[in-house]
Amino acid sequence: MAVAKSQVGSKAASTEGRKVAASRAAKSPATSKSSASKSAGGAKAAIADFTKEQELAAYREMLLIRRFEEKAGQMYGMGLIHGFCHLYIGQEAVVVGMQMAIRTGEDQVITGYRDHGHMLAAGMDANGVMAELTGRRDGYSRGKGGSMHMFSIEKQFFGGHGIVGAQVSLGTGLAFANRYRKNDLVSLTYFGDGAANQGQVYESFNMAELWKLPVVYIIENNRYAMGTSVVRSSAQTDFSKRGASFNIPGEQVDGMDVRAVKAAGERAVAWCRAGKGPYILEMQTYRYRGHSMSDPAKYRSKDEVQKMRTEHDPIEQVRARLIDKKWASEDDLKAIDAQVRDIVNHSADFAQNSPEPDAAELWTDIVR
Amino acid sequence: MPIDILMPALSPTMEEGTLSKWLKKEGDPIKSGDVIAEIETDKATMEVEAVDEGTLAKVLVPEGTENVKVNTPIAILAAEGEDVSKAAAGGAAAPAPAAAPAPAAEPAPVAAPAPAAPAVAAAPVAVTVASDPAIPAGTEFVAMTVREALRDAMAEEMRRDPDVFVIGEEVAEYQGAYKITQGLLQEFSADRVIDTPITEHGFAGLAVGAALAGLKPIVEFMTFNFAMQAMDQIINSAAKTHYMSGGQLGASIVFRGPNGAAARVGAQHSQDYAAWYSQIPGLKVIMPYSAADAKGLLKAAIRDPNPIVFLENEILYGHSFEVPKLDDFVLPIGKARIHKTGKDVTIVSFGIGMTYVVKAVEELAKDGIDAEVIDLRTLRPLDIDTVIESVKKTGRCVTVEEGWPQGSIGSEIAAQLMEKAFDYLDAPVLKVTGKDVPMPYAGNLEKLALPNVGEVIAAVKAVTYR
Ligand SMILES: Cc1ncc(C[n+]2csc(CCOP(=O)(O)OP(=O)(O)O)c2C)c(N)n1
Ligand SMILES: [Mg+2]
Repeated sequence: MAVAKSQVGSKAASTEGRKVAASRAAKSPATSKSSASKSAGGAKAAIADFTKEQELAAYREMLLIRRFEEKAGQMYGMGLIHGFCHLYIGQEAVVVGMQMAIRTGEDQVITGYRDHGHMLAAGMDANGVMAELTGRRDGYSRGKGGSMHMFSIEKQFFGGHGIVGAQVSLGTGLAFANRYRKNDLVSLTYFGDGAANQGQVYESFNMAELWKLPVVYIIENNRYAMGTSVVRSSAQTDFSKRGASFNIPGEQVDGMDVRAVKAAGERAVAWCRAGKGPYILEMQTYRYRGHSMSDPAKYRSKDEVQKMRTEHDPIEQVRARLIDKKWASEDDLKAIDAQVRDIVNHSADFAQNSPEPDAAELWTDIVR
Repeated sequence: MPIDILMPALSPTMEEGTLSKWLKKEGDPIKSGDVIAEIETDKATMEVEAVDEGTLAKVLVPEGTENVKVNTPIAILAAEGEDVSKAAAGGAAAPAPAAAPAPAAEPAPVAAPAPAAPAVAAAPVAVTVASDPAIPAGTEFVAMTVREALRDAMAEEMRRDPDVFVIGEEVAEYQGAYKITQGLLQEFSADRVIDTPITEHGFAGLAVGAALAGLKPIVEFMTFNFAMQAMDQIINSAAKTHYMSGGQLGASIVFRGPNGAAARVGAQHSQDYAAWYSQIPGLKVIMPYSAADAKGLLKAAIRDPNPIVFLENEILYGHSFEVPKLDDFVLPIGKARIHKTGKDVTIVSFGIGMTYVVKAVEELAKDGIDAEVIDLRTLRPLDIDTVIESVKKTGRCVTVEEGWPQGSIGSEIAAQLMEKAFDYLDAPVLKVTGKDVPMPYAGNLEKLALPNVGEVIAAVKAVTYR
């Protein structure tokens, strides 16, 4: 399920140059008036409109993630998935937009434990992801990794990491390998607003800028780290500025608008490919569900969640544009919906029918 | 008085070297700071600077001599006004280390051969540990979960001592990721129940600093898996400072949180650190099983002036036990608890390991095997005496834990029994441990990775030759 390879929009890629984020408080998508991406200096960066194909591809990709996650949630409730399971619902535009800005299967992707969306966007197979969630033999890690630990060399997806912040140094290392090999590949290193406070993030920032490593740090600011809101954990809540003392340029992006994400992603990736070093994108987004399946999410109001869902939903935005521009009819969209549901239902069946790993697997893969 | 110039040690590990060159000859005046010779070690060529002043009366070791042992007299220096020839003939009456290495950047080595009578005690100071306090007759026991016991222990100690505070991720407003700090924010305010950013290395270090300044932090790690981020501060800063400062200062601090496997959370979230921390001098390590021990030992830990690693278990949090209803129930750190007396075999366990043992013992009883069960409770200092006393009686020992086999607590017990109770053993000590693999996610594999009741029974039958 790879997204359609995107044409690099020349309009979007035009805003090159070093930017340091404007000094204003983080504006959440909920309070931001416009859905346009805010870039350096408060200037409103031009967002290239998507073509019909791009809108349809983005719609389909985001919907796949949404439906997949809903199904995973259901299956967790049925006792088919265990342990920690962190759903990505609400944040779909981030990975889908970013994936449209890179070369799928060549540029590397790495993230934390909230990883199902990243894997689907990277073109990993829904069956294999779901079967890993159920801990079965046909899962990406043959049942040994679980929700938080999946990988695909083929798609250059490097996990799937459970220790908050650890993937930031790892992603920097992926970029180091690119520089070492003198190729023009870029590492997309995703982490949360909470993870952004870990020390190794800044150790990595310093090395990345010092050695001009091609890494895009994508901070998925969904406003909470477990039950702790950004203002309760962070002295600097404008995450695009977190690289300022290392001279790493950063932007705040409306992470609910897939077009804004793609445009910003293209700027960042172009910067990295040109050998100018790392780039920070703060994606302002929101998770609709609790932190993990066991989180009652009492730290925020139902209204807050509802407002995001109704006013900023990333999928609804695309849907509205498709209808508005008469690029798709309700029936067309229903057909896409049905296709996506098929894929997801099939993955659920597959994941339940795949056998448990062989007992001998306990002792394999420890060293090689 | 003439002075012997001795072969200096130029590195902490140097025992001998080559005297490659004399830069002064007999009869030359020597001033303090003069470079008098060159010495070669396997690492470098170093200059020897004179410390004392006078005249070089006699060279005892000619240049080019190899394998000159550290502290061998290499020359004689006649002090000012002394008769040089007399000094050369008689040598120094009282040799003094007259040469200092130059550059003097390296620490003074302890390369001198040990004197006949060792100056240091050969054994650590033995500490006698008090027994559990007697529980007055008629004391009421109440059923309480481990979770409640831990919370009560913290609340009681916070009421007792205003220097005690709790710090960690989600401990305050969220009431604890596992609800161990439930209600503490409401009772003690945000000044004393402090939510941190996700910065384990930073807040653990900050807490150690606060402890060095005299406060008594309770650091909650959401799980001990994340304390790996803070390992350096726990070990290098908390555990070692008392020693490094010659006893001047130390950290009265408790690091606590769930340790070991929960259920189906995979390799990075399912690690047992019991053996890791138990290796560190300067730390005390506690890993309770019952609610009463959790309460009594956490209170003791908070009062203790040392850094304590207090290992809890997520699965045990919800288990209920009888806890004595006393105003101030404090248990001794470093004392094992005999959970059940028996005569046929000694089973040693701790923490969640006890859950397997308790079930196995019931089964074994049906087969006529009467096991004695020891719950270590504290892993450092390790109450090996209680284990030895039991093994003297039973002649057999099985250890049970969830951690990995190599370098496990069981390994340590087996080694100590071999040293100290070999003649009492009628069978090799057997260890039941988690398997030597990272924790798999799949349900069937996770079960296989953990110890089970059947393995405990099998080990007991093996050592009792049944
Ligand atoms: C080092 C470490 N500390 C704590 C945790 C527990 N934990 C898991 S996710 C999480 C919150 C992370 O929030 P954020 O980075 O904002 O990502 P989000 O969950 O919002 O995607 C915490 C505290 C962990 N996994 N690793
Ligand atoms: Mg977050």
